[in-house]
Amino acid sequence: MGILEVKNVGKRFGGLKALSDVNLSVAENSVHAIIGPNGAGKSTLLNCLVGKLIPDTGSVMFDGQSVLGRKPYQINQMGISRVFQTPEIFGDLTVMENMMIPCFAKRDGAFELNPIRAITAQKDIIAHAESVLADMNLLEKRDMHSASMSRGDKRRLEIAMCLAQEPRLLLLDEPTAGMARADTNNTIELLKEIRDKRNITIVIIEHDMHVVFSLAERITVLAQGTPLVEDVPAKIKGHPKVREAYLGESQPA
Amino acid sequence: MLGLDRKDFILLLVVFALVVLAPFLLNPFPTNSAMAQFNAGYPDLMQRFVIFGIFAIGFNLLFGLTGYLSFGHAAFLGVGSYSAVWMFKLLSMSVVPAIIASVIASGIFALLIGYISLRRTGIYFSILTLAFAQMSFNLAYSVLTPITNGETGLQITLADPRILGVTATESGSIPVTNLLGAEMRSTYIMDVGTWAFQFNVGYYVCAAIMLLAFYVSVRIFRSPFGLMLRAIKANKTRLNYTGLNIRPYTLAVFVISGMYAGLAGGLMASMDPLAGAERMQWTASGEVVLMTILGGAGTLIGPVLGAGVIKYFENIFSKINSSVLESWFAFMPENMQHAAVYVSEHFVGPGWHLTLGLLFMLVVTFLPGGLVEGGQRLSRLFRRKPQKDAARDSTQSNPAE
Repeated sequence: MGILEVKNVGKRFGGLKALSDVNLSVAENSVHAIIGPNGAGKSTLLNCLVGKLIPDTGSVMFDGQSVLGRKPYQINQMGISRVFQTPEIFGDLTVMENMMIPCFAKRDGAFELNPIRAITAQKDIIAHAESVLADMNLLEKRDMHSASMSRGDKRRLEIAMCLAQEPRLLLLDEPTAGMARADTNNTIELLKEIRDKRNITIVIIEHDMHVVFSLAERITVLAQGTPLVEDVPAKIKGHPKVREAYLGESQPA
Repeated sequence: MLGLDRKDFILLLVVFALVVLAPFLLNPFPTNSAMAQFNAGYPDLMQRFVIFGIFAIGFNLLFGLTGYLSFGHAAFLGVGSYSAVWMFKLLSMSVVPAIIASVIASGIFALLIGYISLRRTGIYFSILTLAFAQMSFNLAYSVLTPITNGETGLQITLADPRILGVTATESGSIPVTNLLGAEMRSTYIMDVGTWAFQFNVGYYVCAAIMLLAFYVSVRIFRSPFGLMLRAIKANKTRLNYTGLNIRPYTLAVFVISGMYAGLAGGLMASMDPLAGAERMQWTASGEVVLMTILGGAGTLIGPVLGAGVIKYFENIFSKINSSVLESWFAFMPENMQHAAVYVSEHFVGPGWHLTLGLLFMLVVTFLPGGLVEGGQRLSRLFRRKPQKDAARDSTQSNPAE
């Protein structure tokens, strides 16, 4: 029994079958990749996991509890954090302020009317935020306006914000999309470090095969809304169905 | 100090000094000089400066900090005014119960309207608040006449019960609003040479409350609650996926903001005990939006500045008429004088809105951060040199470390 169990999930948008009969089981503390061509339903599946979309059929269980019918913030509080394809950070705020928000969320829950005690007096929050920033090599940028950072740094900050909540499951939606090769390699190293140092399960959606094969322990291939194959990376590489549906002629070395 | 860092504390001190010394600062010209009409240091206008300052500070918490543009904030101002006048009619002429009642009533009203309006964001939220405010205006104007006295407006009369006070004074007239016996309208005039400085009880009561309101707003800005509000403005999606529920935060700030508006309305009624439906009109709601943007939305002091500028224009420029203009341009040949008067009279008197509109356009186009940004640019202009020196100093001191 994995930490995340997706059973028979289906989702239609009008006449379009975005997902049908998706089954997925993610083992605790593993890295599981979901790959597939454009329009395969990867992002739809992810949206069903975090409460942005509600599937028409099937069930999504996280750690034995159903996530269906819960709001995104409630699902997050169960221990699921999500990193978006385009970094979603608080652009108007400094890096430190960005970091403090998940720290407050972790300490105080969904809502805490805390109007009087100044932020600067919240030593525990500041210490927590700084330790995560230091882990992510962002501490020297703590007073920077977050909107003015590079895309790679924004991604790094977003991951840091997710990690500050100490989630049990981290969902990554194309973390290297639109990045140069060097930045991609940095991100891979970063994710490897997170995988090795923390007790965390990672589900990653990715186009870049290089990223997938250097990180994932198991891979699910989606095509037209249904899982085609699920296996370890070595088997996926040579799988004829996968080549036909997705990798085509340009099979990775 | 007072739970503020040094910079905020200095700002608070500056505002305190400005507010306390306003009777001097706003009265720079001798009473008999030609410039005396630009003096703003009379009680009625000074009271309006601080009352609308409170209104704008509260509005800024919602609009500047949280990013929700309410187009119906005047409804809360009106509710505050009506509740205050009812307190004068039923309880006593003391301003204390009136102000408390106005804050509570507008808070409850804001809770109702906010609960529904905050289901939407952006333009839909603005339209919903506008609709509610116009609804309130129409209710006050006609439907709820027994409570609001319709288009005449709610006034205090000699027939009011005033169970804790007196229905009429010994001389048979309507009693006046007071705080512990000090009448709001009483003014001490200090004559210094040809200057006449006016110190009004009502103004200082309003000013004290405004300082308190400003202090509370600074504390909210610097608190975790304020950080969450700024985060809501910056990115709602991220906040949602960070385990935080946005609704209670927006509702809380909407109610706080509505209470500020109600406080302003209650103070208006305390200075002059009547309340009319026109206080809830959409133009009144629009005015506070202008004040906040003109001064600088999202800044601490901006809304107060904006309120001051707009009220100054409304009261000073609107009083300039063509005979005043003729005397200004008297040095010109007659034809030129007529031409100059003809052109400039469109910008003053009833046309003061035109001047305000031009000013607003200029500020929004060239200083999107409002008057506060203008001030910051000016101070940067003067500080540029010292900063370079400081940079050189720090590079020089680096090797020593």
